[in-house]
Amino acid sequence: MEDIAIIGIGMHSFGRTDGLSGQAQGAFAVREALRDAGVKWEQVGVAYGGSQDAGNADALANHLGLTGIPFVNVANGCATGGSALASVVSAIRSGMAEIGLAVGFDKHPRGAFNPQPADWGLEDWYGETGLMLTTQFFALKTQRYLHEHGIAEESLVHVAQRAFRNGALTPHAWRRRELSFEEIAESMAVNLPLRKYMFCNPAEGGAALVLCRASQAHKYSDTPIIVRAAVMRTRHHGSFEVFSPGLAARQAPAPTVTASRAAYESAGVGPEDIDVIQLQDTDSGSELIHLAENGFCEHGEQGLLLRSGATDIAGRLPVNTDGGCLANGEPVGASGLRQVIEVCTQLRRQAGARQVPGAPRLGYTHVYGAPGVSAVTILEAP
Amino acid sequence: MNNNTSLLPHLPVAHLLTQGTSGLGLLGSKCSQCGEMYFPATDSCTACCGSDLAPCDIGNQGRLWSWTVQAFMPKSPYNSGETEEAFQPYGVGYVQMPSGVKVESRLTTADPAELAIGMPMALCLVRYGQRVDGQPLQTFAFAPTIEIEGDL
Ligand SMILES: [Zn+2]
Repeated sequence: MEDIAIIGIGMHSFGRTDGLSGQAQGAFAVREALRDAGVKWEQVGVAYGGSQDAGNADALANHLGLTGIPFVNVANGCATGGSALASVVSAIRSGMAEIGLAVGFDKHPRGAFNPQPADWGLEDWYGETGLMLTTQFFALKTQRYLHEHGIAEESLVHVAQRAFRNGALTPHAWRRRELSFEEIAESMAVNLPLRKYMFCNPAEGGAALVLCRASQAHKYSDTPIIVRAAVMRTRHHGSFEVFSPGLAARQAPAPTVTASRAAYESAGVGPEDIDVIQLQDTDSGSELIHLAENGFCEHGEQGLLLRSGATDIAGRLPVNTDGGCLANGEPVGASGLRQVIEVCTQLRRQAGARQVPGAPRLGYTHVYGAPGVSAVTILEAP
Repeated sequence: MNNNTSLLPHLPVAHLLTQGTSGLGLLGSKCSQCGEMYFPATDSCTACCGSDLAPCDIGNQGRLWSWTVQAFMPKSPYNSGETEEAFQPYGVGYVQMPSGVKVESRLTTADPAELAIGMPMALCLVRYGQRVDGQPLQTFAFAPTIEIEGDL
């Protein structure tokens, strides 16, 4: 299969930008990515993108120019960015276009997400009786995982501590203050064992990528990043997913596991080859679980890994070098592409104070979300 | 087994319950093709892709499989009628039933000291709020229990 390369990256900083719509933040990110690639919007032959709460991606054409481009709206929750990227890769590979764009953006109301039962095929009683909360799900999943694998609750603190430490090194991060162990461990209980500083917040922002065939990439970029894998998968019967009034007797691996395996197979590499990692960290517990589900350790090894500093920027497995969702917030539509952009920045060795030492060659990104979707990419340095 | 909702007036979750031989139980479905069981009742089997399912009694006793405490008041559609100030945290858990199916449920206690994975739990009804007309709102819940019938 022909290699596809990322030749431009662009972001609108995550966080809160009052007075600027989600779509305007998406268009800002696209312009940044086009500028980075030295490409004009008129040259882009196909685009995929989406948001969860900020409208259709193809409305960005109203900001960027009505060029007649086939612009496909993607709505895959947390996997929106990953699905858009996988689709652009396929489109370019098929010969549909020379240059393609993947974009994600969002602007969520403040506070926890507010899902409605009917939208999820559930009856009203499930929401009315207080069972339909994402934070509750993450807590129940984490509680069970800690129990099954003998992991201490302090590991949840260590994940958050590293996220805010890395966020403090990241100029565009939303949360740039380091937090002490005690500040996190003693923060307000939200859904035990998870506390306030162990959860990311809904946010705003935009992220965009410009791609072309790897064989053409040097026309546009001195530092093209090869997409070695871009895979999206959904759940199997028996996986433990959000908004489940009941769980099946038999348990099946999460969609993360199947997406991860497919990505390694497609790239022809294994977890031991990866130099810089982005894992979905909507909460500390999720990141803990994802470390093992993506093959970076055995289930139960996380406590030691975190204590020993192995997941720090200078460690063996640098995770969420920009502070992840915990420090950047989660604009759902943009979050997966923020991960890809951070890994591209690391592989280009342009990450400044948070740069992974040495010459990282392979990077990995992972998102996971409702109702049981996961997207994984494996990226290679120029 | 008889899904006798007339016993439970004004109970929005009455259709989730059944009057079994050992008292009030949870009503689920069993796939006639592969035997997989579901709660709540459903008309499609996500294991074998079959669509021939029959009602079954999921039971009323199990063991706590995971738990948390809901410490903040959920937004709408939560309808307990409480104010933010008067909100009382509540326990939430999954209870593993004899078939292995785990049922998500409110718990009768929100005290972490009273909750441990693996402890026996029994089904009950709880009042979790009240309607604007003053009528109580009830739902099913699980309570820690000492005794448990049989080996789960
Ligand atoms: Zn079946």
